[in-house]
Amino acid sequence: MGDLTGLVGLLAAPTLETLYMVFFSTLFATVLGFPLGIILVVTEKGGILENEYVYRVLDGVVNVLRSFPFIILMIVLFPLSRLVVGTTIGTTASIVPLAIAAAPFVARVVESALKEVDHGLVEAAVSMGSSPKEIIFKVLVPEALPSLVLGQTLTVINIIGYSAMAGAIGGGGLGDLAVRYGFHRFQTDVLIAAVIVIIVMVQMIQGAGNALARRVSH
Amino acid sequence: MIEIKNVVKTFNSGGKGLEALKGISLHIKPGEIFGIIGLSGAGKSTLLRTINRLGEPDSGEIRLGGTDVTKLAPVELRNLRKKVGMIFQHFNLLSSRTVSGNVAFALEVGKWPKRDIPRRVAEMLELVGLSDKADSYPSELSGGQKQRVGIARALANKPSVLLSDEATSALDPKTTQSILALLEDINRKMGITVVLVTHEMGVIRQICHRVAVLEAGRVVEQGRVRDIFMKPRSRTARELLSHLPRMSYDADKLPKEPGKPVVSFSFNGGTADQPIISRAIKTTGAEINILSGEIDNLPASKVGSLTVQLSGTQEEIAGALSYIRSQNVETEVIWNG
Repeated sequence: MGDLTGLVGLLAAPTLETLYMVFFSTLFATVLGFPLGIILVVTEKGGILENEYVYRVLDGVVNVLRSFPFIILMIVLFPLSRLVVGTTIGTTASIVPLAIAAAPFVARVVESALKEVDHGLVEAAVSMGSSPKEIIFKVLVPEALPSLVLGQTLTVINIIGYSAMAGAIGGGGLGDLAVRYGFHRFQTDVLIAAVIVIIVMVQMIQGAGNALARRVSH
Repeated sequence: MIEIKNVVKTFNSGGKGLEALKGISLHIKPGEIFGIIGLSGAGKSTLLRTINRLGEPDSGEIRLGGTDVTKLAPVELRNLRKKVGMIFQHFNLLSSRTVSGNVAFALEVGKWPKRDIPRRVAEMLELVGLSDKADSYPSELSGGQKQRVGIARALANKPSVLLSDEATSALDPKTTQSILALLEDINRKMGITVVLVTHEMGVIRQICHRVAVLEAGRVVEQGRVRDIFMKPRSRTARELLSHLPRMSYDADKLPKEPGKPVVSFSFNGGTADQPIISRAIKTTGAEINILSGEIDNLPASKVGSLTVQLSGTQEEIAGALSYIRSQNVETEVIWNG
């Protein structure tokens, strides 16, 4: 069993790698998923820009992407990773599949959060002469903010889980550490330490998400 | 002002069409408070929503000060909506914004210059008596206060028409009174046309000038409020009137004595103030026993109704009735045996 300082030294770099992966994957997943979620809400039946064709196509794309097991999606997306970051191995390369796997999740989270907004509010905004853009950004998004914050918290936690899997096929981070030391070298203490770091991370993010959601709801 | 012609609307539910509006025509005059009343499902809210096209009519014409609303393109429609305020049963305030923020929303949509917004918001909150709640969130307000915010928001863009969709239906009677008083005050001061949907005859009685009664998607009667209160022709109007706390007579409790007919008189405007009954007694010799009666103060006039039992000889009774009829009082023999 290695000494404690050795363990901390071993954990430091993978922890930062995980944070790096999670941060950028969340960012890109949101950039892709947020507009997608909004489009789903406004084009669905009875939405402010109802469009059956657009809705069905996007709804299908989201469902297909979400049906892929993440580990398969990563392999399928190797060519894309190579195209975007020049390699398929490493922390930066795994951001591509992570973001693409999480984007449809973000879209569903946004969709369900915005759908919860009382239709009466949309109706009132329409009655005042609001444009679709005003309804989206002045009514739907602000009113759904607490649910959006909680949904994003869920997204980040999911990405942490996925990032551990990405580590298993050469993505680095805590998952990679746990597999290499804990699984291949039978160093259970490293495995447990890696899991503990992930648990702490998840707890902190959930706590911060809950606190923020409370702050933005009136 | 508002001209509704042959408006038809059908809802598709489960494959079969439900005709909600079956060819409705109404004329609403500028500056009046026009009531639309009916039982639930009669189509009154559906009709109101066609005026600002929150609901699209299938056919028909809706003219608002000359423009046919049904023919407007999206951008024109949005501009028109800024001039047609609307208030709702469940207030529909943004929970993410303060009272001020909710009123400011309407002004932002109305493209007011940013620097003018705070002044206009303060003005509107003063109008509805909520200046001290400017920084509160809707969740901290009572129902009546929420509706006041709704009214401030609806009037912020200086509309010429205010649509009220069951605006007092979620409020207790006392709050209802104060909201109606506010609407009446606004109507008088600003000359705004108010179209009000309700299922409560009390609301119609308190502030409406004219009313249309809807029954299963059709207008079954319309006219001045006092006329409909005095002589409701449709079943709906009679049923809704029967829910009012006061009634001129209770059919089961009327005395039924042979030769002593029971008659109901309806007075309006000028006749409500005249000593018609005592004159009838003096000139014909008939005896008139008053069973029940009431006088209502409507916005435009006084309306009274009286239920009496007549006794005397047949000539005296007939004479008294014909004298009273000659004084422009509507009479209805309720019982005669």
